[in-house]
Amino acid sequence: MTDMMVNEAAVKSRSLWQMAVIRLRRNRAAMLSIFALGFLGLCGIFGPMVAPHDYAEVYPAYVKVPASISAYPRAEEVVPEAESALRRARLDLELVEVNGETLTVIGTSERGVDARVTRYLDRSDLFTNARVVTLAEDGSRIEMQADVDRLYFLFGTDANGRDLFSRVLISLRVSLMIGLLAAGVALVIGVLYGATAGFLGGRIDNMMMRIVDVLYSLPFIFFVILLVVFFGRNVVLMFIAVGCVEWLDMARIVRGQTLSLRRREFVQAAEALGVGSGAILKRHIIPNTLGTVIIYMTLLIPKVILLESFLSFLGLGVQEPLTSLGVLISEGAKNMQNAPDMLIFPAVTLTVLLFALNFLGDGLRDALDPKDR
Amino acid sequence: MPRTLLRTAALTSVLALTIGSQALAQTYFRGSDGDPETLDQHKTSTVVEANLLRDMFEGLVTLDSTAQVVPGVAMEWDVSLDGLTYTFDLRDDAKWSNGDPVVAGDFVYSLHRIMNPETGAKYASILYPIKNAEAINSGEMDIDALGVVALDDHTLQITLQQPTPFFLELLTHQTGLPVHPATVEEFGSDFVQPENHVSNGAYTLESFSLGDSIVLTKNPEFHDAENVAIETVQFLPFEDRATCVRRWEAGEVHSCSDLPAEDIGRLESEYGDAVHVAAYLGTYYYSVNTTREPFGDARVRQAMSMVIDREFLADEIFGGTMVPAESFVPTGISNYVEDAPRFEWADMSMLDREDAAIALMEEAGYGPDNPVTVEIAYNTSENHRNAATAIADMWSVLGIEVTYNVRDASAHYANLRDEKDFDVARAGWIGDYSDPQNFLFLVESDNDGFNYPAYMNPEYDALMDDAAAETDLAARAEILADAERMFLRDNPQLALLYYSSRSMVSEALIGWEDNLLNVHPTRFMSIAE
Amino acid sequence: MPPLSWGGTFQFGRYHMLSYAIRRLLGAIPTLFFIVTAAFFMMRVAPGGPFDQERALEATVLANLNATFGLDQPLWRQYLIYLGNLAQGDMGPSFVYRDLKVHEILAIGLPVSMKLGGMALALAMVVGSALGSVAALRQNSAVDYGVIAIATFGITIPNFVVAPVLLLVFALYFDFFPAGGLTQWQSYILPVIALALPQIAVVARLIRGAMIEALRSDHVRTARAYGLPTRMIVIKHALRAACLPAISYMGPAAAALLTGSIVIEQIFGIPGIGRYFVQGALNRDYTLVMGTVIVVALFVVVFNLIVDLLYAVLDPRVRYD
Repeated sequence: MTDMMVNEAAVKSRSLWQMAVIRLRRNRAAMLSIFALGFLGLCGIFGPMVAPHDYAEVYPAYVKVPASISAYPRAEEVVPEAESALRRARLDLELVEVNGETLTVIGTSERGVDARVTRYLDRSDLFTNARVVTLAEDGSRIEMQADVDRLYFLFGTDANGRDLFSRVLISLRVSLMIGLLAAGVALVIGVLYGATAGFLGGRIDNMMMRIVDVLYSLPFIFFVILLVVFFGRNVVLMFIAVGCVEWLDMARIVRGQTLSLRRREFVQAAEALGVGSGAILKRHIIPNTLGTVIIYMTLLIPKVILLESFLSFLGLGVQEPLTSLGVLISEGAKNMQNAPDMLIFPAVTLTVLLFALNFLGDGLRDALDPKDR
Repeated sequence: MPRTLLRTAALTSVLALTIGSQALAQTYFRGSDGDPETLDQHKTSTVVEANLLRDMFEGLVTLDSTAQVVPGVAMEWDVSLDGLTYTFDLRDDAKWSNGDPVVAGDFVYSLHRIMNPETGAKYASILYPIKNAEAINSGEMDIDALGVVALDDHTLQITLQQPTPFFLELLTHQTGLPVHPATVEEFGSDFVQPENHVSNGAYTLESFSLGDSIVLTKNPEFHDAENVAIETVQFLPFEDRATCVRRWEAGEVHSCSDLPAEDIGRLESEYGDAVHVAAYLGTYYYSVNTTREPFGDARVRQAMSMVIDREFLADEIFGGTMVPAESFVPTGISNYVEDAPRFEWADMSMLDREDAAIALMEEAGYGPDNPVTVEIAYNTSENHRNAATAIADMWSVLGIEVTYNVRDASAHYANLRDEKDFDVARAGWIGDYSDPQNFLFLVESDNDGFNYPAYMNPEYDALMDDAAAETDLAARAEILADAERMFLRDNPQLALLYYSSRSMVSEALIGWEDNLLNVHPTRFMSIAE
Repeated sequence: MPPLSWGGTFQFGRYHMLSYAIRRLLGAIPTLFFIVTAAFFMMRVAPGGPFDQERALEATVLANLNATFGLDQPLWRQYLIYLGNLAQGDMGPSFVYRDLKVHEILAIGLPVSMKLGGMALALAMVVGSALGSVAALRQNSAVDYGVIAIATFGITIPNFVVAPVLLLVFALYFDFFPAGGLTQWQSYILPVIALALPQIAVVARLIRGAMIEALRSDHVRTARAYGLPTRMIVIKHALRAACLPAISYMGPAAAALLTGSIVIEQIFGIPGIGRYFVQGALNRDYTLVMGTVIVVALFVVVFNLIVDLLYAVLDPRVRYD
């Protein structure tokens, strides 16, 4: 009798998942979201490896430059930058000229010119391969050439002159990792805890929910500050710990659902037939809470990512030189009026990411809904 | 008590409404950096409190709109030849806001109160130069032993422990302001509540609602009341600088006491002269833990200091709101030598500095083959992170590898003071008074609270002791300059930037003068109709 | 149980509900005790103390302050003293705001936070349910996608971005509202919107999800079969059933909303208590943090109770046990 039921359930659930996949395929928004998530995931994983710049590389000459698909430096910037780079060399400049990709400088000095002056050009982010063409024997006159270094900053640069595109890529990786880790931990703890409490009911439920109440009312921010102090330099540990805090909502929602489910006919029937508690939880309660859990999960990943951004707002986010979408956005929010690119690109990335997560969650929910057969 | 406070809060919003709608010209809406922690001049420690208390109380001496020391309750004073005894002659027409005359005994009472250990005064140390003050404050001596005596109602005599040429400047600090003894006796620590408050300055406390506003109204009993133009001052606390700027742009406040560095370029281009960036008495620096290798080696510290491009930090990271430092003691300070000490390499070009620094590191045995790893510790807030990132990039020339450790302010400063678990740590110092001693004493070996780098140099300590004993200002300045030269050779702290004060001041507000102490008493200002 | 019979009837009677509520509230006392104890010791584990700020203090002064605030006592004694005072209703003086007692600080800020949070809560409930229902009824239509897109947008943008953008657009560019403070009724509009936006989004999504489920449920199908008008079915049956997950969520969310938000308070310059939670923690203002913890804990307890009671009212299959 029992064996038969189990087998039947197994057969049923397989077809349920197959049906779900078919329904999901029909949902265009969800499919689009899967592609978007896949794309962002790939960007996060491989992006930093193929990015045009290292995410930590500082270009002092390009602080907060706007996004552009054409190369820096701008033509009109080359000569002034060369002059300002050479100002420190104390040369009298006779000629500063750009010809295509080559800069030519002729300078004189009564005190004598040192061949090392080419380094002043090399040091600038705009020029590479500076070389002496001619140096007068008495050292009074020098002619140098240097190549103009063309750099692309598709999303502009940040307040330190780091390429924002590369930083968005690395931040995607960090934010996704944070979200998945913390939400995964929260999911496992929350579902098990909530289902157990709701199913067992009575005094145990009461006690378990009082524990949740206690944890709820603890000073969460203070707890997080402690976590930052203890794990501050280890993002992974830090957000596993955050997951250990974030399971509370999940537990409450699952418990609420379980309470309702317990009164349902099919659960009561299973109980009457003498199916064990563990089996009922596994076969009936948890699968039936799945829809809500998935919706909540699609809210939880964003919630963790946003929590991290709130910490960034307080200055306690991911540490340098790593970065996260939250850190970039909170930096961007401070600069929204003077360098809007610093806000727009990370914010758009975050929005796309969270949109995709949400639509996928909805699609899954619709697909998994067992009543819609 | 909560009920009265609530009533005050309600009153404030009503006031704000009526003032906002009609009598804007009479009211100065003044943005401040946050809430005062206290309005008790003896428990005070912050700049916000200084601005409030300066408007409400008048000390023996006071600061004018250009931050010069001018007579306050004391009309004139004599200093004995040995520099130890100050005799103040108090003005006859000084009155408390309830009509009581201000007498010498009030000052005696006040100074006794701040030195009483039970008061728990955060800044009692400012007035330690007064005879026996430190011993009294640490509970080792009876309060009556304090070197402050009222010779009669209008004559006050203060005796010092040792000559202190900047003593008058100390008296301008808010800790030197008097309290009304009868009120304090009657209400205890509740004397600061608006319904109990009695003050002797240009304004009196009308209402105080935490996080919302503090309203001061003109004190008709003030001896110079006829020259006080602004009737009401409303201090609005802003935790977030950008919030104040937005309200300024919307015309809802007349001045902001701080501006976000990120936005300064835009504000300057849009509002021009309304943006005030002025030299300020403060230094932004990195403390180097001299008890750790290799930072115990002065050559390593020197090299680390030399390769930092301070102009880049000032212009790009802080948007031109900081000034590249060439020394530890900020420029423009009083009681100092004309030709103040600077880094020996201050005039060298960045490339030459880099070459010299690389050579120094090699001499000490470090370089790309044997790289140094540095952890920069900084506290959350402002641009500390961006500055650390930029400095890490500059240090890469020396083959230094950088990691970061950010903590919240309490944890950061507790670590600097007690555990000293850091390689290099960000810190800053704003002078309490305009004297080089107030900066150079930070690294005296016995200064447990402030000597973050644990710098132990007996020669330096000896110079500081000599300076303290010297009564001749010029000679003392020379000794202090020697000490700073030693400091700049040893670099226990890498001076990076001098602070600037940054304010937004509306055109309607007349009489705002930029000054080194960033002091702007309301009584000297007015609002254009 | 016939599907149409459960609307409106309440099987367990008022007495049952009241005694349950009282039992729950009494049961909260040990909860609060645990919270106070845990928070007290957690805070003391954090490095640094209330007097470690940018400007360090002279050793003598620090000793005086520690003595004044009893920080020189052993920790267990500080704890007992604190508990003793708390039992008498005294939350002690603030370590940072030295002119005020903690209960005075909370008395100033809490009404402001509650007012603002209450408005945001109401807005979130009304707008969220409306949007969610509309979307569910027109599932997979353009309206549905539009609502979901707006709702999603509401949760994806952090409020420290939304709030300044709202201010820049509506206070500075258009000059409709004041740029900060709480001086007139117009001042409430932008902060309430900023506060409610993410909640509207969550409520709309939860309602939509549950409503779709409810619309497919047997009793709604039966009601449809009986020929009841759609609007009535939605209001009387589907919405009621769909509320459950949203209410579950709104319990703790309401507690959080009513006790203030540091971001909104900072950006709009509002004197609520949300900022004390963070600032108190960052400043190590031990007593102030304890005070806010107690307030938040009370709100959580009360709102959880309300949620459970509402659950029972809306779904009689849930019993008080």
